[in-house]
Amino acid sequence: MQLNREALTRAYRQMKLIREFEERLHEEIQTGEIAGFTHLYCGQEAVAVGVCEHLSERDKIVSTHRGHGHCLAKGCDVTGMMKEIWGSQEGLCNGKGGSMHIADIDKGMLGANGIVGAGAPIAVGAALSNKIDGPDADGKLAVSIAFSGDGACNQGTTFEAMNLAVVTKAPAIFVFENNHYSEHTGDAYAVGTAQDIASRAEAFGMKVWRADGTDFFSVFDTFGEVLEFVRTPGNGPAAVEFDTERFFGHFEGDPQRYRGEGELDRLRATRDCLRKFREKVTGAKLLTDEDLDAVDADALQAIEDAVKASRAAARPQPENVLENVYISY
Amino acid sequence: MAKMMYRDAIRGTIFQEMQRDPRVVVLGEDVVGGMGTAGGPEAIGGIWSTSTGFYEAFGPDRVIDTPISESAIMGAAGGLALAGKRPVAEIMFADFIGVCMDQLWNQIAKFRYMFGGKSVCPAVIRMPCGAGYNAAAQHSQMISQFVTSMPGLKVVMPATPADACGLLRQAIRDDDPVVFLEHKFLYAMTGDVPDDPDFVIPFGHARLARAGEDVTVVASGMMVGYAETAADDLAQDDIGCDVLDLRTTSPLDEEAILDSVEATGRLVIVDEAPPRCSLATDIAALVANKAFASLKAPIEMVTAPHTPVPFARELEGAYLPSPAKVAAAVRKTLAYR
Ligand SMILES: Cc1ncc(C[n+]2csc(CCOP(=O)(O)OP(=O)(O)O)c2C)c(N)n1
Ligand SMILES: [Mg+2]
Repeated sequence: MQLNREALTRAYRQMKLIREFEERLHEEIQTGEIAGFTHLYCGQEAVAVGVCEHLSERDKIVSTHRGHGHCLAKGCDVTGMMKEIWGSQEGLCNGKGGSMHIADIDKGMLGANGIVGAGAPIAVGAALSNKIDGPDADGKLAVSIAFSGDGACNQGTTFEAMNLAVVTKAPAIFVFENNHYSEHTGDAYAVGTAQDIASRAEAFGMKVWRADGTDFFSVFDTFGEVLEFVRTPGNGPAAVEFDTERFFGHFEGDPQRYRGEGELDRLRATRDCLRKFREKVTGAKLLTDEDLDAVDADALQAIEDAVKASRAAARPQPENVLENVYISY
Repeated sequence: MAKMMYRDAIRGTIFQEMQRDPRVVVLGEDVVGGMGTAGGPEAIGGIWSTSTGFYEAFGPDRVIDTPISESAIMGAAGGLALAGKRPVAEIMFADFIGVCMDQLWNQIAKFRYMFGGKSVCPAVIRMPCGAGYNAAAQHSQMISQFVTSMPGLKVVMPATPADACGLLRQAIRDDDPVVFLEHKFLYAMTGDVPDDPDFVIPFGHARLARAGEDVTVVASGMMVGYAETAADDLAQDDIGCDVLDLRTTSPLDEEAILDSVEATGRLVIVDEAPPRCSLATDIAALVANKAFASLKAPIEMVTAPHTPVPFARELEGAYLPSPAKVAAAVRKTLAYR
């Protein structure tokens, strides 16, 4: 726990912002105002934040269909994202993409993705670009990160990307978020390597790490080691598997009949990264409950403001359909 | 006859065919749903509810829940079929064809030709397709133009529950590979479906959904309903439309199209795909080539624009054809002189 007060507060605020963003969407979706498919990241906040708190804007990430947390953690504007999910012309992607396609290239966020397994090869490409650009003044490489789920780890694209990264020594990091479900199927069924994803990356010739994805400090410290390794020129890629949980359904509207009795209550009670963070930092007297309550209120207000702004935001016009297919044509 | 939803017609037909023929097997992501979870198999039977109860009835050898691996699903369907089974594979969203294109295009479609007619590959690939749910660019596409262009594949686009039943049964019993394009927006459509367990609709025969003398309107899938609505509106103004539901785009019922255009002299084609190299341009070329002398006006095409499918409600609405756009095209072709 080498983080100072300021860094701790920032990390907590990021996690809380994601939590409130998703909890609010969960409510708003019931009203029918928001269109399309929405996959919420609640429960996994410590992974996105524990990873992205280490990164700068020159580092790139590629996300998944469950992308809101990665986007916020990488610095995407909360109101721009909310407006996008609302389908507004003022959204980060002008209402063209919605929840599954939020991107902010300037922030190093190369897109959420509707195609499971599509992200890893893109991240390797970005990592090859990092390699061409070479190390900075401190001798460190920028890195590119692919977030993938336990479902995505079964796609051939993911395997191909891992091997390509290894043989080209690309500074890519494969972050596997094992939340134990791909849609309605358990990793006990679908992941043939005894529910162990990291061993696959290892078999491709990568150095791998494993950590508890519901504990911010476990994620943060582990990822620090991963990053130190991959930023060093000549080392090539690495992978890390985080054991985590999703608190909502696969998508909003999922009846979740695949869950065990009381499973969600148990997960919320024992595997909640925000609760764990609070216990740790207050127990160690690094921050007080009052400090954290103030952050909670602040995050809640940010979400409230974003929703208000989204409701009032300009709607796209029919002619906007034709824009942005090409730069010139 | 029984009233049922399009999705239940699909489920029921596969179920009956699995009972009838032990070679019929089902595979796809979450087609069982709940594998490896506390809820257990069938906790959620298929995200489209088109395979509910299969696992219990036929077991894991014939109802194969797959990991997220479209290339392996498509390839395994090809292999099962070459080895004598009759796989019905589900690609959860037709858009994911991108992940498994090789196994469909270079393998399944071409086996028989490459092998000099010595192989049989009776695979059915079900692909829920189309827009209307604001599911954006990677979960909303119409892919009929790709698969229709591939020699070796038959392509089906049912527009009603009865057709879903009769055409799917034909697809499963057909010895050639068939791509079965179910429109997601039609799943909840209800209609009468014949009880006859041998009810089949042969491929290559269009259905006359509305009869009229003034304009021919050709459509498939969800576009058929749009064309029918437009035709009903236009009938109030004494404009008669021959609405042809293609049912299958490969083989294509050229005769039905040409006969109708020869009678009306005017053609509107409705196609959910973008306008280039599509079903619409294909049919326009057919008619320009073979019924040129009958045409009294330029052929009108109502299609999506040359763009990906957008997310926002207003944008998707502008993207898709609509009954109003079809009616406007009919009026335009009638106004031509
Ligand atoms: C190529 C492809 N196949 C299937 C899907 C449908 N789908 C969307 S998310 C998902 C499950 C993904 O599971 P996982 O990778 O574990 O991510 P999680 O949902 O747990 O975040 C599936 C099957 C898809 N979007 N793309
Ligand atoms: Mg998962």
